[in-house]
Amino acid sequence: MDYTTTILTGFVALYIFMLAAFTGFEIIGRVPAILHTPLMSGSNFIHGIVVVGALWALLNASSLPEQIIGFVGVLLGAGNAAGGYVVTERMLQMFKPSSKTNKE
Amino acid sequence: MNAALLIDSSYFIAAFLFIYGLKRMSSPLTARSGIVVAGIGMVLAVLASFLYTLDVNDAAKPHLSTNLTLALIALALGLGWAWRSGKKVAMTEMPQMVALYNGMGGGAAAAIAAIELIGYKTHGTVSLSLAVLGGLIGAVALSGSLIAWAKLDGRINKTLRFGALQLVNGSLLLVLLAIGVYIIWHGGMVSWPVFAAFFALALIYGVMMTMPIGGADMPVVISLYNAFTGLAVGFEGYVLNNPALMIAGMVVGSAGSLLTLLMAKAMNRSVANVLFSNFGELSDEAQGDMAGSQKPIDASDAGINMRYAGKVIIAPGYGLAVAQAQHKLYELVKLLQDAGVEVKFAIHPVAGRMPGHMNVLLAEAGVPYDIIFDMEDINGEFKEADVAIVIGANDTVNPAARTNKSSPIYGMPVLNVDMAKQVYVVKRGQGKGYSGVENALFYADNTQMVYGDAQKVMVSMIQAIKSLGGGH
Repeated sequence: MDYTTTILTGFVALYIFMLAAFTGFEIIGRVPAILHTPLMSGSNFIHGIVVVGALWALLNASSLPEQIIGFVGVLLGAGNAAGGYVVTERMLQMFKPSSKTNKE
Repeated sequence: MNAALLIDSSYFIAAFLFIYGLKRMSSPLTARSGIVVAGIGMVLAVLASFLYTLDVNDAAKPHLSTNLTLALIALALGLGWAWRSGKKVAMTEMPQMVALYNGMGGGAAAAIAAIELIGYKTHGTVSLSLAVLGGLIGAVALSGSLIAWAKLDGRINKTLRFGALQLVNGSLLLVLLAIGVYIIWHGGMVSWPVFAAFFALALIYGVMMTMPIGGADMPVVISLYNAFTGLAVGFEGYVLNNPALMIAGMVVGSAGSLLTLLMAKAMNRSVANVLFSNFGELSDEAQGDMAGSQKPIDASDAGINMRYAGKVIIAPGYGLAVAQAQHKLYELVKLLQDAGVEVKFAIHPVAGRMPGHMNVLLAEAGVPYDIIFDMEDINGEFKEADVAIVIGANDTVNPAARTNKSSPIYGMPVLNVDMAKQVYVVKRGQGKGYSGVENALFYADNTQMVYGDAQKVMVSMIQAIKSLGGGH
């Protein structure tokens, strides 16, 4: 099977950026204030995807400075993703409606 | 099977799961599953990234086993540390923790930019510009978030302010932009001290930009840096030709920007005002004296009065969480509900240390979210309430924001607790609020002050109501 990654440049990239920006705007726009903190933390988790980019950069490092910076990058990125997930999950699991709490 | 195809499809699925997960996070009913869905996307994307080992640059091939080992160690360390700290952190300390994790993300984006630049791997004006810009924003988000974390965590109490600070910061930013343009102009082919100076100055700029901002404004700043990191990640995604980073980064960039605007609006400030004004340095003389006096009442008397009220609205603030009184408060609420009193919570958008923070703190105590109301939904109900009780809140219930044009917080939306028939204010002492503004509510005719630690006050109220005997 022949497959090569599409290079996302120029207008294709611009379209991606534009549509993604609108998506983010629309999702947050209708969120009740009650969820603002978990949502900030949740979006914080989502940019933890940066760890993937840092991984690529580290795996393609060819000098000591690159390796050091790459190591730090992956470390920080992994911290962002894991930490963001844990605190968001912890906060969200506490939200319960009346019916559920009354059963206790 | 083609590795590139596998990686690309994993990223596609991950991007879908992120957006779908965020969407589910926007309702309390489905929120929990939303983060799990997004988490699955993250795991998938990270696992797929190890397929990169099959196809690295020629220059990196001899280093592959070293790099792979480094990657695994870094992943394990970052994941292990963050997992443990995230499990341990108290709900009251959530804002600074989010700031810390966010700063780490910014740092990772800056690291990607640094590798791309010092390795001369990026070519073309657009890629180079985005690498430089992403590196700048990421580095600012890193050092700025660290300062925000330190301030909220009480590690830095000083607020650095001097007259020419904005001038210094402005010049610093200009120098940064100049170096950035210089790098792009030379097609990235500049010597490493230039890169080093660029990143060092960017880090310093993040510190200088955050130091003058007071603790009360920190949530807006954290949210702003969250958006910054998102943007930086999106830009570096372009540089790496990685659609998952581009999409996730940009979604967070715009969502974070909107959240920042919403927060600033809730405080009746513009984002520029938060960043560049020296709010929180009020002189007492400017405010004049308050008419009337503060009238104290016993906690037990206030408790009994609430027991015989028809409708009670509670306006909690960060002071409640500081006193760790949420659980006792909910116990009191349940007692009142059992006695047939209608109880509602009124949450100001910036109650707590972050918008929605108070909701999290109440949820932790087990308060069901359907008796918790946002300010605009409940402000009309205060005039029907027999009792409004303010616990550990101050500026967010100050009627001067509505009535007194000379008040520094004039125009800020506030909870209209003063419209209730009777107002109780639970407060440690006769101090001022976070912003240092006098509160006209405390001197109002229908206000009585319950002095004391919020938790002890709650206990007295509970005992007083219980001592009345079986009300039902």
